[in-house]
Amino acid sequence: MTTLQAAVLIVVAASGTAVALTRDPTRQVILTGLFGLVLAVLFFVFQAPDVALSQIVVGSVALPAMVLLTLRELRRRAAERERGE
Amino acid sequence: MRTWLFLVAAAVLAAVLVDGLAGLPSFGHFHGVDGLTLDHVTVRQRHATDVITAINFDYRGLDTMGEEFILFASSVGLVVLLREQRSDRRQDARDGPAPPGGDARDPLLALVGRWGVAPIIVLGIYIVTHGQLTPGGGFQGGVILASALITLLVTSGGRGPRTIGRHGALEALEALGAGGYVAIGVAGIIAGLQFLSNFLPLGTAGALLSSGTITSLSTVVGLEVAGAIALIVAEFVEQGADSGTAR
Amino acid sequence: MSFLPFAVAAWLLLVGLYGVVTSRHLVHLILCLGIVQASTYLLLLAIGYLHAGRAPIFVGITVGTPAVDPVVQALTLTDVVVEATVSALLLAIALQVDRRFGTVDPDAIRELRG
Repeated sequence: MTTLQAAVLIVVAASGTAVALTRDPTRQVILTGLFGLVLAVLFFVFQAPDVALSQIVVGSVALPAMVLLTLRELRRRAAERERGE
Repeated sequence: MRTWLFLVAAAVLAAVLVDGLAGLPSFGHFHGVDGLTLDHVTVRQRHATDVITAINFDYRGLDTMGEEFILFASSVGLVVLLREQRSDRRQDARDGPAPPGGDARDPLLALVGRWGVAPIIVLGIYIVTHGQLTPGGGFQGGVILASALITLLVTSGGRGPRTIGRHGALEALEALGAGGYVAIGVAGIIAGLQFLSNFLPLGTAGALLSSGTITSLSTVVGLEVAGAIALIVAEFVEQGADSGTAR
Repeated sequence: MSFLPFAVAAWLLLVGLYGVVTSRHLVHLILCLGIVQASTYLLLLAIGYLHAGRAPIFVGITVGTPAVDPVVQALTLTDVVVEATVSALLLAIALQVDRRFGTVDPDAIRELRG
């Protein structure tokens, strides 16, 4: 187990904890993007380039896009409800 | 109250996990015979240099078929949910006026949308077709292809879903991918072998058209993943663009 | 020290579950589920790792060099993409919940039954 692997593992644990403990979903999306990136680095360091490529494209393109669109829709509906009452 | 309950349960779970994980061979001493054997024989047997793609589409092709149908089912479920929500709200605005702000977009976004999409598509096709040679394959390349559509949607201002996300085409693409996988598997039966067996000529390792059905399966999975993710994002965007307030 | 990957996987699982249990926003819950998924990927890859093993890609490399286990990587690879789609489905369900109950707070939803 090299020092690099140990260091990346610690960073993964720290960013995972940060994602879970952040309450506001908008901030959490940014942290999730960071977590995905660190996870991809971890996959590289574990000699898994295919998995790292998968994680990069999913975690930086597909997932944040979906979550941010959902959050936008939820905010819009909440504003609509407040206007309607 | 709930937090305390959880912490107690988590402590028990942690104890069980540590006990179980400590019984594994220590990190770096993997003993599994299947995987290590595959490392040695894949290049010779399937003429594919990327062992992982060969496993996904040949040695364990049936598992991949199940996975891609999970993906298919998720996207279908999502489409059903979101369209039902939209049709509840919208009576007759299917051909309503285009949302405003179409020409007032940021020039940098317009530039990226115009010139950035083609390289992304080329990269996606490259990753999909070179799956059996270098890291890549249908899954990764499909997401990259979908991200080309996402880029178009994001940089086109409010006009996106109506002009770009042609849902019929995306749905057809996805269905083609999912059905194509099964069709190639059945073609194996027609060729006299078993379902999903590799019956096409194997070619030489390192060339683009090698490894038999691995290339074709990777391509259809790429189509399916691209269609599914593009459809999902287009549905989300149209969900928001529907109620009049453009982006 | 060689227990660290498994320890981090177990930690991520527990932290993700904590986030799910104490969540007050469905989208936060779904992202915490993503952490739990990440813990399983880490566990799989840690099991298949071989000391001084290379990546199992043999372009220009002779076939005999020791490489890490490819089977767990194949499993994890498809899993990463498919789980993103399942998360999208969960997001759509969250939108549906918001329409029916007017809120995305898991605690509030229980009280608005019927």
